[in-house]
Amino acid sequence: MADKDIKKVRRHLTQREALIFERSSPGKPPFALPPLDVPPVDPADALGAQRVREQIEGFPEVSEFEVVRHFTRLSTWNYGVDTGAYLLGSCTMKYNPKVNEVVARVDGIGNAHPYQPEMLSQGCLKIHQLLSELLLEIVGLDAITLQPAAGAHGEMTGLLLVRAYQESKGNPRRKVLIPDSAHGTNPASAAIAGYQAQNLASNRQGTVDLEQLDRLMNEEVAALMLTNPNTLGIFENEIVRIAEIVHSRGGLLYMDGANMNALMGISRPGDFGVDVMHLNLHKTFSTPHGGGGPGAGPVAVKKILEPFLPVPVMVENKDGSLAYDFNRPRSIGRVRAFYGNFGMLVRALAYILANGAEGLRLTTEDAVLNSAYIRKKLEGTYELPYSSPTLHECVFSDKKQAQRGVHTGDIAKRLIDYGFHPYTVSFPLVVSGAMMIEPTESESKQELDELVDALQAIAREAEQEPETVLGAPHTTHLGRLDEVQAARHPVLRWKPPTRE
Amino acid sequence: MYPAQFRYSEEHEWLQVEDNSATVGITDHAQKELGDVVFVELPKVGDKVEAGQACGTVESVKAVSEIYSPVSGEVKEVNTALAETPEWINQDPHGKAWMMKVALSAPAPLDRLMTAEQYEEYLRKESAE
Amino acid sequence: MRYLPKSPEERRQMLAEIGCNAVEQLFAGIPSEVRLGRGLKLEPGQSEPEIIRCFEQWAAENARGFTSFLGAGAYDHFQPVIVDALVSRSEFSTAYTPYQPEISQGTLQAIFEYQTLICQLTGMDVANASLYDGSTALPEAVMMTLRASRRRRVLVGRSVHPEYRQVLSTYLQHQDLKIEEIPFAESGELDRAALPDRLGTDVAAVVVQSPNFFGTVEDAAWVAAQAQAAGAALIVMIAEPVSLGILRPPAEADIVAGEAQSFGVPLSYGGPYVGFLAAREKYLRNLPGRLVGQTTDVRGERGFCLTLATREQHIRREKATSNICTNQALCALMAAIFLSAYGKQGLRQLALQNLSKAHYAGERFQAAGASLRFRGPYFNELVVGGIGKRQGVAERLLEEKIIGGLDLGRFYPELAGDLLFCFTEKASREAIDKLVGISTK
Repeated sequence: MADKDIKKVRRHLTQREALIFERSSPGKPPFALPPLDVPPVDPADALGAQRVREQIEGFPEVSEFEVVRHFTRLSTWNYGVDTGAYLLGSCTMKYNPKVNEVVARVDGIGNAHPYQPEMLSQGCLKIHQLLSELLLEIVGLDAITLQPAAGAHGEMTGLLLVRAYQESKGNPRRKVLIPDSAHGTNPASAAIAGYQAQNLASNRQGTVDLEQLDRLMNEEVAALMLTNPNTLGIFENEIVRIAEIVHSRGGLLYMDGANMNALMGISRPGDFGVDVMHLNLHKTFSTPHGGGGPGAGPVAVKKILEPFLPVPVMVENKDGSLAYDFNRPRSIGRVRAFYGNFGMLVRALAYILANGAEGLRLTTEDAVLNSAYIRKKLEGTYELPYSSPTLHECVFSDKKQAQRGVHTGDIAKRLIDYGFHPYTVSFPLVVSGAMMIEPTESESKQELDELVDALQAIAREAEQEPETVLGAPHTTHLGRLDEVQAARHPVLRWKPPTRE
Repeated sequence: MYPAQFRYSEEHEWLQVEDNSATVGITDHAQKELGDVVFVELPKVGDKVEAGQACGTVESVKAVSEIYSPVSGEVKEVNTALAETPEWINQDPHGKAWMMKVALSAPAPLDRLMTAEQYEEYLRKESAE
Repeated sequence: MRYLPKSPEERRQMLAEIGCNAVEQLFAGIPSEVRLGRGLKLEPGQSEPEIIRCFEQWAAENARGFTSFLGAGAYDHFQPVIVDALVSRSEFSTAYTPYQPEISQGTLQAIFEYQTLICQLTGMDVANASLYDGSTALPEAVMMTLRASRRRRVLVGRSVHPEYRQVLSTYLQHQDLKIEEIPFAESGELDRAALPDRLGTDVAAVVVQSPNFFGTVEDAAWVAAQAQAAGAALIVMIAEPVSLGILRPPAEADIVAGEAQSFGVPLSYGGPYVGFLAAREKYLRNLPGRLVGQTTDVRGERGFCLTLATREQHIRREKATSNICTNQALCALMAAIFLSAYGKQGLRQLALQNLSKAHYAGERFQAAGASLRFRGPYFNELVVGGIGKRQGVAERLLEEKIIGGLDLGRFYPELAGDLLFCFTEKASREAIDKLVGISTK
């Protein structure tokens, strides 16, 4: 093993830890409440004996300290952005500022009830309004809903808006054009809005094929759903022409804003023809990913789509106070209870306030600089399938290493031994054996140099001792997991051992 | 590799016709492309299938592939053992892992199906592309 | 800018390595005609103390120091301090979706435990890794039954959370099906007389909530028998799952879904929360969202990974079971920690306290001459008839720093003036007495 090349990390001990249920035994002290200050009610009397349960079969009984130790041990098996570079392309794993967490928990914000009177919620409403204004300035659009809970939820909302608009023009149309490099959520979201997804192939530069677009864009097509820059990290340099073609046939231009972190302060979707887009606050605007959520997916639109926004929308009363308007007859309806993932809105606002215009622009520049640096340093080592200029992320392929039987997934696993979270594996689908790297602005030059060294060392290993790469990771708490077994014989919950 | 008594479709199903009945499965090439198969969804006995139409799915960990019936007719029997042992599809795609038996409602469209030799040639061409 | 780790000199070095003179060259791929060409119109960046002050000021414009009796889908339970202490560990909070299981076992095992806890609570066989919230869990559950049955009609109790029903309509507006509402009876329960007539061979699912929006506990077994006799699935929604500490789970249902915010997730003005979805085994491959499964690693040790991914959007694309990509992992983790801390005995105690407080309040209201709008059994929420129409009550309560109940007229015009109150373990006897005193004066 070429462990001499591994300079960034050292092995250290991790504790093993059973399932919480296996730590349980009857009578351990539960979390204690204050004594009841009202007469105790017998549930069988109050609810009827047939409605009452005896006990919760299999539920754990563990002491407080065991719970603390249990979840602390579990946490040590994870890798977070705070641990090291998290290269997942398209995921924008940037630093999540700690002050965001503090302000989300402030008394009056963290414990505000969604149905408390509006006059006692003006602070929340101001947060909502200010974030709306700032996001609209950043994307150059006219109106916004903060209700969607995630990117895919935003896509669905955006496409429902497209449909409502097209229906108002007399014909909902049938199809949505989606480039082959798009996120998988795009076609699935289109299906909910009742649209068929039609595939749009990329050209040799990795961008939209204008001729094909011109051919496919007709009166049956409600919208083109574009990710810009696309998942190859390439800006659609014909974006103005693309928007013209779509608009000239009555279509709308939808932008998947997953990669907005490449454009902040440089270029605005509203200025290049986008009619509707979603933002991922958990990507561009630094709210923590949380191991897979919660996120938030606001949808910004041009004026023409405003009447259809989900209820409620923010309005200003005559006295200057803020309120929610629920009476919107042309609205697509409500996409989520209450007002969206408010806690994530708070964090995103804190992030924008911390940066200001100058900070956001520099953030974008550094994100692109970091990606360009990695691309330059590694282009001789790994195959670069598209030579077009890229912004915040770059996509290599495993073509050279595959000749030795080493594939993108293996290189990714080996990167773990070198102390990095892997890049996105096998996506976008237009690149066979894709290695999609997005360093974000948060990585220092030192961390990037260590990453370059690691990927070069792995390329050497792939040449000289491919079995080292194929067997990776070697140093983690657990080795490679048998995903085939998990899928063939699904075990999705713990069950008490049966006594023989 | 590819049994001479079978016929093969461009969607990588194999077919063995005996009198008015056909046995259908997926080819060795198809199982290799998919990787470790973890689940199959087959039609029910009594279902009508149509040549060229999807009638089930085969899943690996990270891919789903439709099964297209190469013939038209009524499903007489399905290989229920595959529900418990989908790995047979990887181990013995042309034998133990047959998928369904169909009572033909029309003669098998042999002109659109390939012999073993033709199928191997077809695979060579496909991989060259 | 303080979040950026590079010195000006390092930037120069990096640009030189790339072969650029200026950072603008890196953006050469963006045509000049679509460049912004000016700075964004935002205030200058703020320091940490300034940001905290800003949010403190906004917080001061919200209700602070009030005693609230609001529930209605968002519940004010005590959050054991270990919940926040543990979810604040950044190995949990700053991790991505566990696509690389070898360095995500913490998240994966915690979700596996969450899935198990949800199954145990609901009496179902399988549970997913969570959904956005209770309101979006409803359309996801309904779509499962539509796929499984190919029927095109859905019957929904009018006592299901009104905002959940609104979200259901939004999601399904282009899916060529009919959503019909079943009225509620005088008891607050689903109208038993109305259901059988509406059932038919085209009904995919019947949806009830229990305890329902009025706090009334439904007879899920009866509804299940009716629905299933007609070949329809029963979906039971649960917005207040603390009730499952003492209520028999709706094990007769086909799908049990709802909102797990009650389990330690802060109110946070309506989100982020965490939707749960559990079902019988036969729906396994029909479940939306992520699933964590048990397996072994190369050394034969037990471990966990995301599984059955072929149901999901990134593989099946437009044919996926849902477009959902994320779950609410961190909120699901909060729920898992909360439920582990309370455990078998603690959750029962918690539920008993909620029940006792609500019934105490119910009796106080009646003793003071007010009447409960519904006669059915209730857990920790109840509706007091008519008092919302009394002059000056809301103002007097606010003067006493009390936020009273939710006026049902907001969602049910015929119930205007009827107030929905919630009494959790946090409602003190003193506060309840004060509330009743002012409201009934």
